[in-house]
This record gives sequence, C-alpha cells and structure tokens, in this order.
Amino acid sequence: MTPMSDAPFREPGDGGNPAGLSPWRAALRTLGRDRSAIAGTVVLAVLGALAVAAKHVVPYECNAQPNIVALKNIAPSLAHPFGTDEFSRDVLSRVICGSQVSLSVAFLSVMVAATLGTIYGAVAGYVGGMVDSAMMRLIDALLAIPRVLLLIAIATLWNGLGIVGLVLLLGLTGWFGVSRLVRTLVISAREDEFVTAARALGASDMRILGQHILPQVISPVLVSATLAIGNVVVVEAGLTYLGMGVRPPRASWGSVFSDGMISFPSAWWTSVFAGLALVVTVLAVNLVADGLREALNTRQLPAR
Amino acid sequence: MTQPPLLTVSDLRTYFYTGAGTARAVDGVSFSIGAGETLGIVGESGCGKSVTALSILRLIQQPGRLESGSKIVFEGKDLLQLDDAGIRQIRGNRIAMIFQEPMTALNPVFTVGDQIAEVVRVHSKASRRAAWDRAVEMLTIVGIPAPAERARQYPHQLSGGMRQRVLIAMALVMSPALVIADEPTTALDVTIQAQILELLAELQQRLGTSIVMITHDLGVIAEVASRVLVMYGGEVVEEARVETLFAEPHHPYTEGLLHAMPRVGRRQERLAVIPGNVPPPTAWPSGCRFRDRCPYAWDRCEREHPPLYQIGAGHTSRCHLADEPERRVRRPRAEATAATLVSPATSRAGDAA
Repeated sequence: MTPMSDAPFREPGDGGNPAGLSPWRAALRTLGRDRSAIAGTVVLAVLGALAVAAKHVVPYECNAQPNIVALKNIAPSLAHPFGTDEFSRDVLSRVICGSQVSLSVAFLSVMVAATLGTIYGAVAGYVGGMVDSAMMRLIDALLAIPRVLLLIAIATLWNGLGIVGLVLLLGLTGWFGVSRLVRTLVISAREDEFVTAARALGASDMRILGQHILPQVISPVLVSATLAIGNVVVVEAGLTYLGMGVRPPRASWGSVFSDGMISFPSAWWTSVFAGLALVVTVLAVNLVADGLREALNTRQLPAR
Repeated sequence: MTQPPLLTVSDLRTYFYTGAGTARAVDGVSFSIGAGETLGIVGESGCGKSVTALSILRLIQQPGRLESGSKIVFEGKDLLQLDDAGIRQIRGNRIAMIFQEPMTALNPVFTVGDQIAEVVRVHSKASRRAAWDRAVEMLTIVGIPAPAERARQYPHQLSGGMRQRVLIAMALVMSPALVIADEPTTALDVTIQAQILELLAELQQRLGTSIVMITHDLGVIAEVASRVLVMYGGEVVEEARVETLFAEPHHPYTEGLLHAMPRVGRRQERLAVIPGNVPPPTAWPSGCRFRDRCPYAWDRCEREHPPLYQIGAGHTSRCHLADEPERRVRRPRAEATAATLVSPATSRAGDAA
C-alpha cells in the first residue's frame, strides 16, 4: 500500500537523547560522563575482581598462622603490606579473603531482597483494593521491628548460621522498603494512559505488568538496591563484629576488624585496613548509586 | 437498516462507588452503530462520553462497575458475558480504541514499531519479523514518511501529529470492525487536526471500519459523523442525523452547544456560552438534568424526568418541549434586564453573564 497523505511534520525537540538511543544505552552514556560514578565503578570492579580471584592473588593463605610467637602483630612492611595480626596471619590476605564473603553476602542478599520486594510490591500495587491494604499493613508491622534487633535475635537463635543462612537472613529482612517503593511506582504507572491503551489493545495483565509497568519500576529499584548493598556490607560487618555473622576463622571484613580489636591499642594496622576497605566500598557504592540515579531517573519523555 | 447493527448498547449504566457517593457517570445510555457508519458522541467534559467508550471495552476500573441490566452486543456477542480471555480477544482485534493524548498513550521506553508489532503479536501467532514488517506497513498506510526509520524511533522523537498517526496505526493494525476514537484530535493543533480527521475518513472508506467519534467539538462532528448522539449528565439527550442536528436542534442543550460554536462570517463580540457547569455525577438534579442551565425550564422539568421523545425519523430528544413546543420562549434571566437586551450584538453576552 502507498502513503495516504503527505504529512508536513516538525522535527521534534529530542529531550536529552538526540541520537534516539534506547533508554538503557542513553543512561549508560550519561553514566559514562559522570566522573565520580566512573571512579566508584572502577573501585568496585577492582574490589570485585580481587574477591573473585582471592585464592590466586593473596600473598599468604588467609587462615594460616605460620608462627604465633615470632610473626605476631608485625607492623606493615614489604613482606606484609598491611602487617600481621595477633595470630600471625597476614592482614592483607585476610582483607582480600574477607572481601569475598562481605561483598558476595551483600550482593546476594540485596538480590534476594530486591526480587522479593519487587514481586510483593508489584502485586500489591497492581491488584489494589483490599489485597493491597492487607499486604501493606503487614509491611507496616514488619517495618516497626528494628532490623538490627531482629537480626541479632534470629542470629542468636539460629546457631551456626552459615553464609547461605546469612544471605537469607539479610535478604528476608531487607525487602520491606523495596516493596513499598515498588508499590508506589506501580500504582502511578498503572494510571498511565499507555497502560490503559495497552489494555484496550488486548494485552493481558501479565504482559501489562511485564512490558509496561515493570520497566518503569526497574530504574528506581536498581538505584535503591545499589544503595542497599553499601548498607548491607555494614550491617553484615556489624553482625560479624558482634560474633553473630560469619564464624571464625573465616575472614570477613567484620571478623578481621573484630579480631584486630584485641591488639588494636598497640598494633593499629590489625583493624584499620578492614575498616578502610569497608569505608571505601560504601563510598564507591554511593558514588555509583548517585550516578545511576542521575542517569536513570529521567523518563524518556519530551523535554518539558 | 436491513442487517443487524454492528454494535448495540442498551441501557448502559456505569456507576462509580466513591466515598463521596455513587457517581452515575453513565446512566441508561442506548445506541447502535451499523457497519461502516460513523457515529459522533458530543457533550461537555463530565457528560459520560469517555466512560461510555471505556465501558464498551470493559476497561472500567475499581471503584467503577457496569450495573446489571446493561447490555453491549457486538457482532452478535454480549461483551458483558465474555470471560477475560474473550474480551481480550475483542480488544484491539475487533474493537480498537484511539486515545486523546498522543503524548501519553504511547509507552516512552519502546520504539513505536515495537508497540505496533506488540498488538500484532498479542492477537496472532505472527513471528517477530512478520509483526515488525506489518508495523512498518501500517506506518506507511497512516502516511508517515520514511516508515522503516521511524519505526525504530521512540515516541519522544516524533511530533504530536505523527504520534497520533502511530496510535491510529496501532488501532487499525488488526483491521478491527469498530474503532472508538476518544477525542483523537483535541491535543493537536488545527492543521494537524484536519489531517488526522482526513486520514481517519480515508482509512474508514478503505477498510469499511465503523467509527465512534467522541468529541466536544461540533466542528469535528460536522466533518466526519453521519449520526450524532448528544450526551448530558450521563444520558443521551438528543440523537439525530448530523444534518438534522445542525439544522433543527431540538434539545436546549444541543441548541446551546451550537450557539457556542464560532461561525465564519458572523461578527460576534463574544461567543455564547451555556451558563453554569455540568453538575457532579454524584448528584444529578431531579427531573431534567439540564434544567438548571436551561433557558426554557419550567416547573414540569423539575418534577418529571423527560423520556426520549420521538421528534422525527431517527430524531429523538429528551426534552418536554417536544410535548409543549409553545414553551420554547427564552425566559429572561435575572441579570439580563431589558436594558442589556436592547442591543442585539450584546444579547448573547448578556445571556452568558
């Protein structure tokens, strides 16, 4: 068939996306211009790479105690850049091994939390009505319990909590906020005219949720999940510090830090480096999250 | 009409149960539309036009509900009896809808080609490739230049007129028997409006589609519709062929709407307006719902809810004037004193005040 009428048309103003890139690629491009986000990403990539390759890059075996008397609490030197701890273990090696646990626990538990929260919030927001009210009152109740107290209580009862247990524990207690966020986003997205339009064209509920609603929810969830990783790294360290997270002799930043506390007054290096790793990670995570927020929060609508 | 109509709506009632009371947004609307016909529905905002449109496709959301007794028969099937899968099969496939805002009726994060192709994939087993080709073909049909490139663009890269063409392409891609266009040109500027109306008319001729054209613009109605339904207060107040409606409007509301239209060749200081607003649907006045704003209203209008009177062939009106035509004398309004009525040029303005 041939065109029916020749439409004179104006070239529209392309709001911040002149090349007509897909939203994700446009976001990546924005992110690529954000120096602090790049710095954060690089730091996290290095930490992540070290964690993955931990076994191959550590100068000493993480739990090895070569000489508890002679090699105890050695100050940082060429042989031991971060010094050694009370049990003659190399602190650098332990920090690297610890990153494996700390980062993977944080990442996995946030994945669990974000998934659960998204599903729960999406159902509540999309179904609406009484179901929504009931589901949200439950969230209100759960949010009323202080998370750290809840974690300590469960960790105490759950003797010998392993890594998997820790991931589940942190994941299952971390999704309430996400579900609220998602619910709000879904409720507003549900009212979009293009959602009604999609329904009018015969799309099923599943398709509408998947194609038209969730894509709008993903960006904010991604930003909040990134921030949550920084938070969970600290919570896990705290739990472990209190002796309720990762079991000794396994290294995590929390355990390295707490092991070091015994000799901290005379040998500062035993704790400081684990603490630094923690601070650097959280800082990097926050930089990346800020960058993501900048890059993602513009919905691809025309300027003004 | 010899063959049965394509769509028959009878006694449609759509009520919204809100905290502020029951809003009877659509309250006993009946009409039908034949194959290839264009039916116009006019009325101000809040008269129930859009709710009527959404009700036909069962798109009314909580707390709205179609009351029992409502009946919507399309191609011999009662749409209200269909299950979810059944009505989804009708939506977009046999009855399609074109929305008012081309800015917001398209998903900003998908290319327009993807969005047209999605409709094809929902309703047929077409492959991704075939659906895409069909989308590009539809863009050609609705007159978008360089359709293959445009299909890969996002809505924000298109102008308003082009977006409306995309929406029309989405609505027509499955060759539906009926298209419901809810104010399809309201958001566009005048030259683009004319193009879009022309396009719809051309496509209708070619595809034999029936169109329900919802608008508050009588100019649009005059251009495209063959029959017109005037809605007020959730009811049909007048139905007539378009020529009849413009030549001999019966209902005072229709009369008011026609007076409120600007005309070429008539100098006017101000356009006439119908005084007041549409009352809220939670509290329609008793008797005639238009009586508060009617220049002719008398005591009967308050007591008695007017039925649809037969005025002529295919012409009905919900006004007691059909019964007592001698009452069609403008009741002077309190503000419109004799002094202001002296000059004929200002008499409309006086009415409007």
